[in-house]
Amino acid sequence: MDTNLVAMFSDPAYWESLARIIPKALNETIYMVIFSTFLAYVLGIPMGVFLVITSAGHILPNPWVERTLGTVINIFRSIPFIILMVALIPFTTMIVGTSIGTTAAIVPLVVSAAPFVARLVESSLREVSPGVIEAALSMGASPWQIIYKVLLPEAKSSLILGVAITTINIIAYTAMAGAVGGGGLGDVAIQYGYNRYRTDMMIITVLILVVIVQVIQWLGTTLAQKFSHR
Amino acid sequence: MIQIKNLSKVFKTPNGSFTALKDINLHIPKGSVYGIIGLSGAGKSTLIRCINMLERPTKGEVILNGQNMTLLTGKELRQARQNIGMIFQHFNLLESRTVADNIAFPLEIAQWPKKKIAARVQELLPLVGLEQKADAYPAQLSGGQKQRVGIARALATNPAVLLCDEATSALDPQTTVSILELLKEINEKFNLTIVIITHEMKVIKEICTDVAVIDQAQIVEKGSLESVFLSPKSNIAKEFVASVFPNKLPPQLLRELAQHPGSQIVNVNFLGSAASEPIISGLIRECGITVNILYGSIDRLRSTLFGVLTLELQGSPENLAEAHRYLAQKNLAVEVIHNGY
Ligand SMILES: Nc1ncnc2c1ncn2[C@@H]1O[C@H](COP(=O)(O)OP(=O)(O)O)[C@@H](O)[C@H]1O
Ligand SMILES: [Mg+2]
Repeated sequence: MDTNLVAMFSDPAYWESLARIIPKALNETIYMVIFSTFLAYVLGIPMGVFLVITSAGHILPNPWVERTLGTVINIFRSIPFIILMVALIPFTTMIVGTSIGTTAAIVPLVVSAAPFVARLVESSLREVSPGVIEAALSMGASPWQIIYKVLLPEAKSSLILGVAITTINIIAYTAMAGAVGGGGLGDVAIQYGYNRYRTDMMIITVLILVVIVQVIQWLGTTLAQKFSHR
Repeated sequence: MIQIKNLSKVFKTPNGSFTALKDINLHIPKGSVYGIIGLSGAGKSTLIRCINMLERPTKGEVILNGQNMTLLTGKELRQARQNIGMIFQHFNLLESRTVADNIAFPLEIAQWPKKKIAARVQELLPLVGLEQKADAYPAQLSGGQKQRVGIARALATNPAVLLCDEATSALDPQTTVSILELLKEINEKFNLTIVIITHEMKVIKEICTDVAVIDQAQIVEKGSLESVFLSPKSNIAKEFVASVFPNKLPPQLLRELAQHPGSQIVNVNFLGSAASEPIISGLIRECGITVNILYGSIDRLRSTLFGVLTLELQGSPENLAEAHRYLAQKNLAVEVIHNGY
């Protein structure tokens, strides 16, 4: 066993194969995570804002909008990711032109993360004290001004923590997306680690993922603290 | 300045409707500091929020500077609100902004140019004594400092009116006095009309020029500060006056005094120059009665002196009648609290 390992690690071909596989997979994962998180927020922030401002007693109460949006979000959140990915194949093909590959994986990742982001944003914005909103109203602020000058800035710290949570969730999902042809570190773990019994590959990918998650959480917590003035 | 006419507010709640304000009529003159006092739940906050339409009246109207606020919506209402400052019990500052940026906030809302905003903020900081705190965040300030930011912010757009909803209720007594002094100074310096909502008569006494007493959704008494203090008519107003000039005698003493034949116990309230007149010797000399001083206190009402005296008067009915004539002639407000006849 020991001699096997020594032989493996001293073989330059081994390191070459690692250098060929790991950086590419890492790039793919980072690409999927960044774009999915970004797009999930592009969709999720307006949804979260609408959930909050249309609720009773807020700046633009509208029970119909609040209930409809809330229901749609709940439906999407209750579909398991793996099913969503399959169900979205025609939609993904329509948008990206293919249903396989890293870019194609972004579509189901966004569709599943956006409703989650909407709820996170909603809960962050609900932390903003009604008194501050009332003060802004008393100064003659418009709903739009209240959104971008009061709600979002006052919730900044909490929103940043939400970004860290979302990013980490999406990393976990990219591994799943990888399993069905999305590429990335998850794909490597399955292809080599599981299918070809390459435990070393499994360990390396998992270690890299652990480091990425740690870094993101640390960044999130640090930035949130920096922007919190409580 | 502000006319409130036949204003009513009914809240629809799951268990029926609730009348929070009933047929309110008030005239708030320009340059006055108008105090509205009432117990918790009387409807004070609802009333002040009806002035800037944070709460829509169910009936009646609010005319501010000739403009019927009740008819305004959307952009017009927002513009009108920029001319009405408001401060709050819990300050309601933006936690994510520094003191200077909090003061700049209403100016950003009103879309002032950046340069003008910066200049205006530099004017306001010294006005409220916070030059040193421009870059501090609200969380780093004391309650009094937070309210000073609130005041600077409310005054930023040079509003015609300042609305204060329990602005000092979260502050300790000493800080309360300093905030009230600041408000008084601003009132005098800029002739700014101030409306103050409070449950503390102490606040009214310090700075108001006029008072209205609200009880269970209705205005039960209103008038100048002096008239309400000198002769409160409603029971609730009497209690409020007594809360700052406690002149209630202990029941045991009252029982003892009640045994004195032919004696009367009176409260005498006096104001301004009357405070310096020797009325007791006058009563004794000119009316031929005996006077027993039970309680006395003197204090300031905004800027005039105000005193309360509780006296026991003893003498014949004729002499007592003479004493009442004497007091009336001196323009003193007299209330008989016990009559031994
Ligand atoms: N939005 C509302 N819905 C129902 N009832 C309300 C609402 N706002 C205030 N009230 C009721 O109106 C009454 C007066 O409230 P408020 O004006 O806040 O009193 P105050 O400021 O004098 O303590 C209270 O009984 C309160 O419960
Ligand atoms: Mg109140």
